[in-house]
Amino acid sequence: MKWLSRFGRFWWEFVIGDDWLVAVLVVIGIGATAVLAAAGVAAWWLLPLAVPFVLWLSLRRAIRSA
Amino acid sequence: MSTGDAFLVLSAFLASGVEFVEALTIVLAAGLARGWRSSLAGLGAATIVLAVLVAALGPALTAIPLNALRIVVGALLLVFGLQWLRKAILRASGYKALHDEDAIFAREIAEAEGAAHVERAGVDWYGFTLAFKGVLLEGLEVVFIVLTFGSAQGSIWLAAAGAAAALVLVAGVGIAVRAPLARVPENAMKFAVGVMLTTFGIFWSVEGAGADWPGGDAALLGVLGFVVLFSFLLVRLLRRERTHLRTAEVQA
Repeated sequence: MKWLSRFGRFWWEFVIGDDWLVAVLVVIGIGATAVLAAAGVAAWWLLPLAVPFVLWLSLRRAIRSA
Repeated sequence: MSTGDAFLVLSAFLASGVEFVEALTIVLAAGLARGWRSSLAGLGAATIVLAVLVAALGPALTAIPLNALRIVVGALLLVFGLQWLRKAILRASGYKALHDEDAIFAREIAEAEGAAHVERAGVDWYGFTLAFKGVLLEGLEVVFIVLTFGSAQGSIWLAAAGAAAALVLVAGVGIAVRAPLARVPENAMKFAVGVMLTTFGIFWSVEGAGADWPGGDAALLGVLGFVVLFSFLLVRLLRRERTHLRTAEVQA
């Protein structure tokens, strides 16, 4: 059980890293793109617009917690 | 070779190169402080584990439908790339200390020399585990990048070729100089890798979500330019903010 929790924590830190909010916002952004694309709306612009905002937010959080 | 393929090879080369430089520092520290036998045994054992992972996961990934693969790989690369980019921007703007291979090497050597000598199966256990863990952890990132990049672009071999070229270069120089490669512009390379991971992450996530890029694959160049632009803009903004903060601190 302990081994499993260490294994899970390793992969969490490997993929998600220091800021879980980035992962959540990326998933929301991709989901919104998929919804718009399924509705027949050109949706390629959404993620490029969202990513700088997500990065800025994550940088502010990192600086605040430093 | 298409634009996407060229980016694929270059990205795999740069990302793997950074990881190999870090792995080399650990293997050198273990070798010099605890003996080459244990260090090379650790390196060999980690390489076998990584090869088994590639052999098991590589064919499995190619069996997944491309759109499903691209949305998962795109999301993973985007999250992973934003981690790299955040650290690189924090370093470039002065909020985080620069990565210093010489300092890391000195710390690893000091820790390795201070550890107790325990021999198991004819090798020094500390030297073996230090090299094994270092190579395995750095190598996992290489495996992750090669498999995700390669499978989403439809050519694991091209990504593996980029990584192999980086391995030959770093190992060759490492054997020649027998010292950490501190003159490699690692911070700049990490910035470039963050930019490329984020670019591919955006590109494949959008395609995987079912949206079409205007201009098809050529849009990759536009996304790259955009990511470079906003990354440098964020560095500039944070540098200016930090300078203002320091000036205010001095004046207070």
